[in-house]
Amino acid sequence: MDHSLDSYGDATASATRVTPGNALRPEDIAIQPERPSQAVARYAVRLGDDSLILSHRLSEWVSRAPELEEDVALGNIALDLLGHARSFLSYAGLAWGKTEDDLAYFREEEEFRSLHLVEQPNGHFGVTIARQLMVSIYQDLLYAGLTGSTDNTLAAISAKASKEVAYHRDHAVQWTLRLGLGTEESARRMRHALEILWPYVNELFLDEPLHDELGDAGVRPSALKAAWEREIAAVLEEAGLEVPQTRAALCKGRQGEHSEHLGYILAEMQVLARKHPGATW
Amino acid sequence: MAQPVATSPTEEGQRHDGAAWPLWEVFVRSSRGLSHVHAGSLHAPDAEMALRNARDLYTRRNEGVSLWVVASEDIIASDPDAKGEFFESPQGKDYRHATYYKKSEGVKHL
Repeated sequence: MDHSLDSYGDATASATRVTPGNALRPEDIAIQPERPSQAVARYAVRLGDDSLILSHRLSEWVSRAPELEEDVALGNIALDLLGHARSFLSYAGLAWGKTEDDLAYFREEEEFRSLHLVEQPNGHFGVTIARQLMVSIYQDLLYAGLTGSTDNTLAAISAKASKEVAYHRDHAVQWTLRLGLGTEESARRMRHALEILWPYVNELFLDEPLHDELGDAGVRPSALKAAWEREIAAVLEEAGLEVPQTRAALCKGRQGEHSEHLGYILAEMQVLARKHPGATW
Repeated sequence: MAQPVATSPTEEGQRHDGAAWPLWEVFVRSSRGLSHVHAGSLHAPDAEMALRNARDLYTRRNEGVSLWVVASEDIIASDPDAKGEFFESPQGKDYRHATYYKKSEGVKHL
């Protein structure tokens, strides 16, 4: 996953000085001496897969967003998420002698551990915003908790991701307010979006035996539920929308049982790397 | 003579293309503590979103620590056709520069 265009692209357009800044990079994680435990590695795959699949979904908006500015905003969020995925997968790979690319491009569908929510199609703009609202509030709470992880690398990745996710959340909240309080049509679409996505929310908070193994290295998903419900309800109320009462769907993404959408996502995401193994671009 | 910077007309509820969003001018202050510098412009539905779009478009590579956005229509610009009477008058008026003057005799420090 080389993003040379993003890192070294046109730096001349800006009126002010450009500096790369210092932060934990996936490249550094890939060569660090500390190895994750098996449990931490499996956990990191879950976190990485959620971000990777959501990043891919958001990247589908590029060149198709309602406005050029929104195109860039969604593209930025997709790249942030891809950065998180790269960090988590690079770290997980250290436990098994695999690279981020091995994990992203050469795993089969049933080996992925992503949530059903992040696999859901973009739909109209309101569906994408509703999905962003749900995931960004979740990740905001998750990374805030993981910043205190007993695993130093997970804590460091989460601390960096936390700031970026706070912005994703702000973006989703701003749009939820505008669509909810906008026109009759925008409010109708937002209500519809919340209703069709709500069945996938329950899976975000399911604990697994893995979380017992992790102890204080991880965050128990069920521990995030009350805060998540409180925070999303507050946003929806401010936006003049209601918390849907739709029943939960049975989702087993964490066991490798995915929605029908993941296969198509992976086909598109993996085809180049599989057709030309070892290719760089 | 002064006139607002031209923007697309925004008739509410009528358009759904890019022109429906008003134009905003973006000013970025770099981390070196200089004043805000005009960086470009963008479209946004309102001021808060303009600030966020500015963040996404103009500070992606660590360019700034502060952002201003101003509705383009609120900027009163000089008329390009009136450049002559506006800006040519100082030409030849060297006495408006300190370098025009010779140091007076006996002045040690100036």
